[in-house]
Amino acid sequence: MVALDTLRETTLGEPILTVRGVSRGFARGSGEVRVLADVDLSLRAGEIVGLLGRSGSGKSTLLRIISGLIRPSSGEVTYRGRPVDGPAEGIAMVFQTFALFPWLTVLQNVEAGLEALGVPDKESRRRALSAIDLIGLDGFESAYPRELSGGMRQRVGFARALVVEPTILLLDEPFSALDVLTAETIRTDLLDLWIERRLPTKSMLLVTHNIEEAVFMCDRILIFSSNPGRVVGEIGVTFPHPRNRLDADFRQMVDDIYAKMTARPTAGAAGQLARLQLGSRLPPVSTNVMAGLIETVAAPPYNGTADLPEIARSLQLEIDDLFPVAEVLHYLGFAEIREGDILLSPAARNFADLDTQTRKVVFARHLLASVPLAQHIRHVLDERPGHRAPRIRFEQELEDSLSDAAADETLDAVVDWGRYAEVFAYDDQAEMFSLEDPKG
Amino acid sequence: MQGSSTSYASLTARGLIPNRWDVVVFPLVFGLLLLAAKGAHETLAPLSALREPVVSLDPVNLPDYALRTTLRMLAAMVASLLFTITYGTLAAKSRRAALVLVPLLDILQSVPVLGYISFTVVFFMSLFPGRVAGAEAAAIFAIFTSQAWNMTFSFYQSLRTVPRDLEEATQSFRFSAWQRFWRLEVPFAMPGLVWNMMMSMSGGWFFVVASEAITVGDTTITLPGIGAYLAQATAEKNLTAVGWVVLTMTAVIILYDQLMFRPLVAWADKFRFEQTSAQTIPGSWFLDLLQRSRLFRTLASPGSLLLHALARRRFAPLREGFGRARPSRSTIVDVLWFIAIAAAAVFAAGKTIVFVAAGVGWGDLLDAVKLGLFTLTRVVVLIAIASLIWVPIGVEVGLRPHLAEKIQPLAQFLAAFPANLLFPVFVVAIVHFDLNPDIWLSPLIILGTQWYILFNVVAGTMAYPSDFREAATNFRMRGWQWWRQVMLPGIFPYFVTGAITAAGGAWNASIVAEAVSWGNTKITAHGLGAYIADNTAAGDYPKIVLGIAVMSMLVTLFNRLLWRPLYAYAEDRLRLD
Repeated sequence: MVALDTLRETTLGEPILTVRGVSRGFARGSGEVRVLADVDLSLRAGEIVGLLGRSGSGKSTLLRIISGLIRPSSGEVTYRGRPVDGPAEGIAMVFQTFALFPWLTVLQNVEAGLEALGVPDKESRRRALSAIDLIGLDGFESAYPRELSGGMRQRVGFARALVVEPTILLLDEPFSALDVLTAETIRTDLLDLWIERRLPTKSMLLVTHNIEEAVFMCDRILIFSSNPGRVVGEIGVTFPHPRNRLDADFRQMVDDIYAKMTARPTAGAAGQLARLQLGSRLPPVSTNVMAGLIETVAAPPYNGTADLPEIARSLQLEIDDLFPVAEVLHYLGFAEIREGDILLSPAARNFADLDTQTRKVVFARHLLASVPLAQHIRHVLDERPGHRAPRIRFEQELEDSLSDAAADETLDAVVDWGRYAEVFAYDDQAEMFSLEDPKG
Repeated sequence: MQGSSTSYASLTARGLIPNRWDVVVFPLVFGLLLLAAKGAHETLAPLSALREPVVSLDPVNLPDYALRTTLRMLAAMVASLLFTITYGTLAAKSRRAALVLVPLLDILQSVPVLGYISFTVVFFMSLFPGRVAGAEAAAIFAIFTSQAWNMTFSFYQSLRTVPRDLEEATQSFRFSAWQRFWRLEVPFAMPGLVWNMMMSMSGGWFFVVASEAITVGDTTITLPGIGAYLAQATAEKNLTAVGWVVLTMTAVIILYDQLMFRPLVAWADKFRFEQTSAQTIPGSWFLDLLQRSRLFRTLASPGSLLLHALARRRFAPLREGFGRARPSRSTIVDVLWFIAIAAAAVFAAGKTIVFVAAGVGWGDLLDAVKLGLFTLTRVVVLIAIASLIWVPIGVEVGLRPHLAEKIQPLAQFLAAFPANLLFPVFVVAIVHFDLNPDIWLSPLIILGTQWYILFNVVAGTMAYPSDFREAATNFRMRGWQWWRQVMLPGIFPYFVTGAITAAGGAWNASIVAEAVSWGNTKITAHGLGAYIADNTAAGDYPKIVLGIAVMSMLVTLFNRLLWRPLYAYAEDRLRLD
């Protein structure tokens, strides 16, 4: 195994694909909101590269730019010396949602990509059958996707991508819609094929938000930050395959990456999170989950300080589930996130012991003190004679700095927190904020 | 045992001996071919062949008439499909075309089909002078206009909602636009399209019956078919013949359902987009029979091979470049386009106003509006009455799955059954008891369409989640509270769908239901439908246009002010999934 890896090391050659200064943004009244900022990366033959970041960090957008599905606002993607200006031959993609045609059988789905290229029927059939064979789908050729389990469907997704013999395989969170056991099986199968060099592919680019998955599979990991998406760190992974998740070095690397991902370039000293602005994006985190995390960390064995990776493991949460919660607690002044650790503030330790009504009062105080948007809404409502304000007003304000979807999500989050804290009321039917309590 | 079955299998596999399904399919296929040829031959006959006596009331002729009627329906369906695919695609793919096509479709939907039949008859008769084909084309066009719009809307909407990931997959695998259309867009649109075809067909019987015997001014057209047979029976006051035609229609609708729509729905099930398996998979004995029959497969295989090969062609070079080119947003072209549309609209409106103004005055307009309000009242009151009757019954039926299984096909059959076949029975009763036609003709407009309310409510109740019902029982909610808080909100979206269909049908039906006759006795109710019908018979074109315009306006207003908000509310607030 080690020998194979060193062999691969020596065959690492010129980049097959390079991304230079790629940005992507969309026009907003007052300027441009950037999703991706100045991304550089390269893919060389023989390596699996991971793009690791939280959802909404723009890594999927980057993948779509690389595959030629969308155009960058600036910068260039070069594949085999030529700029990518559309879906290129030799770049195939595996989708998070599988993206199989439900009306085609497994065989027809696998053949579809060849059909598009105009490969003659006989050859197309032969190649499709051998891809199906390779990926372990034999026996399912005439099944329709809806008859298959999620794992089998994603195998079809892999077979469909591999049958066109791509030089580069783009993997868009291919395992995140699968359950843990299925995901692990397919990951291992894919790695086996890769290590035994039975794949026609020279290089793979894996987009993921799962740190362990990235460390388990990749030779190189690029860490992505959000708002706008950019590469903030690169980590080489040199452990030989098959990698052992329980290995101390493996664990250490996962912890290090956790620490790196909680630190942000926009943060102040010691890698702390910046304070919220009025136009900051707020993640939709339920107040129940916040309370749950506070209670968990406040209780033994953590007693107020916990290692995020460890919490994630014990609660079976992925970074996408855990980070936003920890982050919101940080913003609200209930916790501090430092190098992959979460430290509860005295207020939070106190919060854990309070009853429901008092918790609401404390939460309301923190919300108004540290979330400018909540402050702003409350202020507007107080000012207005009727104490009512339409949602659209705040939505428009947010859209100066956020995308439509992000603005919507942010407002929804604030509505939820404001309702819990009883800082304001909201009528979803009329899309109207007010200070009234429900009638009756 | 095993050996013999293998050798049998290998024999049949090579197609050496017919399998048992062939025995059934063989006569079916050839019978259909023969019948189609016969129908086509008669269509091309000179018009003199239609001189009387065109229709004989001898029941022996009914199968032949039924066939002619059915072929008309089929021809209209083929035309509707072609229209749907071109119009829907154009509207979905071109932003500028959509600006015109989508609102146009919306208006066309609310124009009463039977209103403008007078124009199309004249138009098509001049296209094929002296041939039956002209009259046939006019009838087929009338059915087409009753079928095409909702199919087109469904197709257009499907094209606009193709899942993003599948679209990306086709781009990433470099499908050409043609390949994407057949591999992704058409299959994705299929379930909605098939469902709408079924609804269209079900509504179409009404119009085929109405359009086979038409008098426009001096021109009287009688096309041999079920509708013409009915007209003849009415003219001759022959109730027995009415009985025969009702019987025939029943048989035709059942056959149509079994031989065409069940198979189509069962087949289209594979295009269902949800990845989960359906609880009930639609089945069809006829589809099974066709799929198992070797003869059919052999006959169908050249066609299906050809279609497949066609769908697989690229018709475009493999090119590099971004799949979805950014839509051109040239402002100058947009402005020019708007000006062109506006100019065309002004021109058309001007022409119409001049034409109508030449033949009618302000008094006529007031008249038409007043009569329109009468008809509007009729539609509203009858939909309300039908809802009060069928919603409780539908819920009671829906709560009993075994009963619902039997009632559902019956309600669908009743909705498809052309109610105009039953009009004579009512007319006889009204004449006999000397009833007020303004009141007693009214039920006729809802006679055929009320069933849409029933079967939608039944479907809604059957889909109602059982845990909600259990919760309601658990909290002992009953009586009015149960209806108000538990059941009615749950079935409301279904009810609205049914009521919209019923109301749309009622407007159309008013044109034939408000003015009816039995022999020489003519009974007319006050209403816009009777106004259009009378002026059609008189050949007074300006008044026909006025009547249609007023009716379209009322229907559009009714849709915008009542149904659309209700539907939006149902979609928004009361969806259970």
